[in-house]
This record gives sequence, C-alpha cells and structure tokens, in this order.
Amino acid sequence: MLLTNAILIDPEAGSETSGHVLVRDGRIAEILTHDADLDEKRFSGETRLDCGGKYMAPGIIDLGVKVCEPGERHKESFRTAGAAAAAGGVTTMVTRPDTIPVLDTPETLEFAKRRGAEAMPVRMAPMAALTKSREGREMVEMGFLQDAGAVCFSDGDAVVRDTKVLSRAMVYARSLGALVMGHPQEPVLSDGAAVTSGKFASLRGLPSVSPMAERMGLERDLALVEATGCRYHADQISTAASLPALERAKQAGLDVTAGVSIHHLTLNELDVGDYRTFFKVKPPLRSEDDRMAMVEAVGSGLIDIICSMHTPQDEESKRLPFEQAASGAVGLETLLPAAMRLFHSGQLDLPTLFRAMSLNPARRLGLEGGRMAVGAPADLVLFDAHAPFVLDRATLASKSKNTPFDGQRMQGRLLKTLVGGEIVYAHGA
Amino acid sequence: MQFRAQHLLGIEHLSPSDITEILDLAEQYVALNRSDRKHGEALAGLTQINMFFENSTRTQASFEIAGKRLGADVMNMAMQASSIKKGETLIDTALTLNAMHPDLLVVRHPHSGAVNLLAEKVNCAVLNAGDGKHEHPTQALLDALTIRRAKGRLHRLNVAICGDIAHSRVARSNILLLGKMENRVRLIGPPTLMPSQIDQFGVEVYEDMREGLADVDVVMMLRLQRERMDGGFIPSEREYYHRFGLDAEKLSRAKADAIVMHPGPMNRGVEIDGEIADDINRSVIQEQVEMGVAVRMACMELLVRARKMKPREVMV
Repeated sequence: MLLTNAILIDPEAGSETSGHVLVRDGRIAEILTHDADLDEKRFSGETRLDCGGKYMAPGIIDLGVKVCEPGERHKESFRTAGAAAAAGGVTTMVTRPDTIPVLDTPETLEFAKRRGAEAMPVRMAPMAALTKSREGREMVEMGFLQDAGAVCFSDGDAVVRDTKVLSRAMVYARSLGALVMGHPQEPVLSDGAAVTSGKFASLRGLPSVSPMAERMGLERDLALVEATGCRYHADQISTAASLPALERAKQAGLDVTAGVSIHHLTLNELDVGDYRTFFKVKPPLRSEDDRMAMVEAVGSGLIDIICSMHTPQDEESKRLPFEQAASGAVGLETLLPAAMRLFHSGQLDLPTLFRAMSLNPARRLGLEGGRMAVGAPADLVLFDAHAPFVLDRATLASKSKNTPFDGQRMQGRLLKTLVGGEIVYAHGA
Repeated sequence: MQFRAQHLLGIEHLSPSDITEILDLAEQYVALNRSDRKHGEALAGLTQINMFFENSTRTQASFEIAGKRLGADVMNMAMQASSIKKGETLIDTALTLNAMHPDLLVVRHPHSGAVNLLAEKVNCAVLNAGDGKHEHPTQALLDALTIRRAKGRLHRLNVAICGDIAHSRVARSNILLLGKMENRVRLIGPPTLMPSQIDQFGVEVYEDMREGLADVDVVMMLRLQRERMDGGFIPSEREYYHRFGLDAEKLSRAKADAIVMHPGPMNRGVEIDGEIADDINRSVIQEQVEMGVAVRMACMELLVRARKMKPREVMV
C-alpha cells in the first residue's frame, strides 16, 4: 500500500517533511520524498491512500492504560479499550496491572495477553505488578513474568511503603535488566488527599497534599536507583518541585526516565471548579505554575514520556462528594487532541510531542515502533491538526465516559489509525 | 439588585447587596421573634426538609423554628440512622426526596461540596447548613447581623478569628463575608491549624494571640474541633488554652468595647474562659443564637421569592 501526500513527522530526526510512505508486509518499506517517484512503474499496481496533505506520525505508545479486565468489565473491557485506542491513535497499549485480581503471576498475565490479542485491533504490551497484590510486601516472580512478556514492573499508584522491600525488588530487577516504574509520592502525606494544597484547596475545604510529597517520594526512589543500579521510570511527575531531583539523577548518569499525563500538561487545579469529580485524578491537578513547568520539561526532554493515564470509572464512582469520588479519567481518545493544545499554543512542536508519545516509550520499553523509518512497523496515525470540534463524552468508544474534556473545544482530529499496515480506525467510517 | 440566587450554598457566590438584603429582612424577623405572635406567612403551605448527615442539635433546631415561624411544614430527617446506612448514595437519597416535592432542603453533610452536588440534582431550593470544611453560610450571616447590631455597621471593622481555622467551615464563610463587606480580617492560631496559603485570602495571619488581638473590634472564637482532629495538631489542651484560649488578659489587648463571639458549642476552659463567655458586657454569644433564627427565616423567604421569579427548571 502506498500512503501518498502526507506531512511525515519523524520524531527521531525532529523533522516534518512532505512525502509518501510505502507499506509492505506490515512495515514501512520506503519513504519517498519526491512526488515524481510516485510515477515509477513499480508502483503502478499498488493500492493508494491519499492522505490529503495531513500529518502522519508514528502511532502512539501509551504507557499505563488501565483496562479493568479482569475484575471490572463494567468500566472497561479489552474490546472497548481496543476500540478507544484505535479511535485515539494509540497503536500500542501498555496496560497497567492494577486490575482485580492484580496481574502479578504469569498465569494472569497470560490471560490478559490472550484477551488483548483476541479483542483488540491494536498491539498490547502488558506491565506486571512489582509486588504481590500490589501490597508492597513480597516481590512478584519477575523472571517468569518477564518470560511471559511483562515489559515493565509497577505497583502503579500503590506506593511501596517499605523501603527495604523496594530496595530488594530493584536489586532483583537489575539482575534481570527489568524496568521498574513508580508513581513517586510520600504515602503518609498524600494519604486521603483529593486536591493539591494551596489557596484553591483551602477555599473548597478539601483534604490536600503538597507538591513536596511527590518530590520526597521521588528523592527516595532515585536514591534507591543510585544504590541498586536498577532501570527506573518515574511516572506521573506533576510538580516543578520534582524537576531538580530528576535533573540531578539524569546528570549523574542514572538509568532514569520520567513521564507525565496529558491531564497535568493541559489542566490545572482550578478546573475542579465547583467540585467537578471528572477532574479528580491522581496525583491531583496542580497549579498553573506546575503545569507550565511540566510543559517546559517535556520540551527540554527532562520529562521523556507523555501518557494518557487512561483510568475508566463508572458514573456511580464519580457521582459522589468530591472526597469520596474515585480518581482517574479516561484518556485514550483525548490524548492526541489534548496534546494538540500544546502545539497550537506554540509550546511544543509536533516532532517533540511524538517523541514523547511514540518514540521514547518504545525505546524505554524495548518495543518496535515509535519511528518514521524504513523497517519500522507500519503503526501510523493520520490526523488533521487543525480540525476543530466540541468533545461530547457520549461519543467516546470507552465504556466509561469520565473525561474532563467533555463539552470542551478541541482542535485536532484523528483521521486514520494503522496497525501493521492495516487500517483499524477511519474517522466517519 | 434583588436577591436572585436559586440556592444558598455558600457566601462565595453572594454579592454585598445580597448580604445586605438578607440582613435587612432578618432585622424585621428579629422584631417578630420577640413579639407575642411569632407567626409569618411567607412559607405557608410549603414543605421544608432538614437533612442532617452530621449530628447537630442547635443548627437543626434553629432551622426548624425558622421554618415553622414562617408557616412551613417542617420535617426532620436524621440521615445517619436512615437509608445511608443501607448503602444508598447521596444522589439517590436526594432524588427520592425530590420526588416528594419539597420546596426547601436544608442540608448538612460531613463532606465538602456534598451540598453542591445535591443541589444539582433536585429542583427545589437548597440551603447549605454546613458541608465538611467548606462553608456554613447562615452562620456567617448571623454573625454579620450580630456584629452590625452591636457595632452599628458592618464595614471598616477589625475582626479577629481565632483558633482552629483549618477545620472550620464557619471561618471560611466568615472570611469571605467579612472581606466582601470590606472589613480587615485577622486570623489567629497555631500554624498547624491554618489552611495552606490562607494569606492569599486577603487576611492577616498571626501566631501570637496578644499581637493579633491588638485594637480589634470583634473577637470571634472558634470551637477546637476535637472530633475532627486526626491527632497531633496541638501538643495539649492546656498548652492550647495558655497560648490561644481567650482570657481577660488577652482580651485586654482588644478595643475596650470589643465584642466576643463564639458559634457554639463552647469548650469552656479550652478555647474560651467561662467568665468571658458569660460576661454580658462583652459576650454576644446568646444574641448570635437569637440572630440565627431570624437570619434563617430571611434566607428561606428570599430563596422562595427568587424561585417564584423564575420558572421552575425542568428536572433532567
């Protein structure tokens, strides 16, 4: 198949160039930059797809998607998550282990992988828990889980409180070359918090946590990385207070990367307004200064990865007083249009965004993909960066509709998603 | 300007003229409440339901009397003993009651924002009788009326609010109201009982009570909410009383005619000396209770009037 007339975003080269992509056997076989090349005889019988001068980029690799299967299929199943991913331009879903039961044995991981393969049109790379039942007491069978396909080990938002347990898990992970991911947070200070501390929290009278709690958790984890030599990804970084620690660790040559969710790049604490629970996420939305610092850190590369932090919650768990309401927001389908806000505001260019959404997660997890290069899998997204629309949550493919962007004006619409050269989503089709 | 609010959820959304209108009407009810025939007709034929998800004797009694004096049919629901215990959600409870066509819902809830949530789901007027650590608007309004009557005005006064600010919805509503009416507000208490970035609310913060009380017109004491304490906010009650309890010596720093207020119930000997609380020359604590009924009558009447101006919203 020949994909003609697109603006190709290459996150490796940091470039945007007009061109055409030849797909063979599910991979990018050739990238043509001259229109005259299309007239060559060897392309005469090739199926063509005119991209209409829109942007084409490597498909998104979303690090940390919660599928809710097994355990809470009324919130999201592999079928609905797969449809949402395709509709959001996510070609590889890196799934979270915080299901019921927790994905902490090779058997449960095999189940999830099988369900993902049979029910989803996109690729799946599963994470496994770091400790059994995410309880922070005993490490999982990391070797078996790695053999079963776990790309990363994480207890997600359940911080391992016992530093000795975390230290041993990290040492063991290092011997396997495994990647450990944490959501840095001082667990006692952040316990029960619903919003970030500050004037807004005081006005609303809600329990809050200081940004310092994130920095404290991060400093502990980084010290352990230094001590153990483990590969570590600090996920869900959300405050400016964390950045100096991160910078020091990277300068010292530790094998550390960091990630941020799209919500912390595009929303702030004030969006909660009059107790709107769709804006309750974990860690909480931060101040505007923090948001700006996160955007800058993505631009400079200090923060490597942007993810959707897709967390489906049903209506019942959100229609509660703010303190009692569940945390999390769906994000698979809004990641790309929300990221376009940063493009339209002139803060981040498209190669930088796709470096953080596609290239870096692929590199960090050792996955193919994320590249606009010959030989790479033809996992591609075609989108109109300028098309405006108003988001209606009822139109989401996710089973849960808890998006903070409901009713908001967005600019940037996905047109097509290809996985392995096959079209798995076409807008309006 | 005429009072147009559909609910009374907090001071935050009231304008200075709304506040003045409530207080002016409340003045009339003070006179009515002191007369022999304590009956108005403003809520005649209407149904008022008091939903208290948190224990309260005085506030609930005040709302009940206020409703009855205006002719409403008042029903009290002790929510702690009811269906909430059976697992019903707040919204389902609200929808159930809503189907019985009440005209006024008076709600107290232990979680901040719960009353806002409830107000979105019903098509009658909702009065916030205190939600979590958020707001307690009628308390701030009755405090304002008490101050206005004692001082002859409600602006350009120095008001000190003392004690457990962090856990107090009374403090939040008072800070907002007194600020809107252009008073100088000082907050006095240990830093462990101050909300974060409270200095950004246009108040002055003092950690020394003697310093903070200098030349104030009004001293507002707060209950040390022991039941809300997770523990460890203050070293001991006796040290707290020594440093932040209101006694004659500390009160002598305030203006000679300064009044002393307390939302009740008081912990004598913890945040306030018993003698000061009972000093009829300084303490207006009993008057606050009296003003409470009048202010609540005024709020309910104005909400009902505002509802009549607008066509009732269709419930979705």
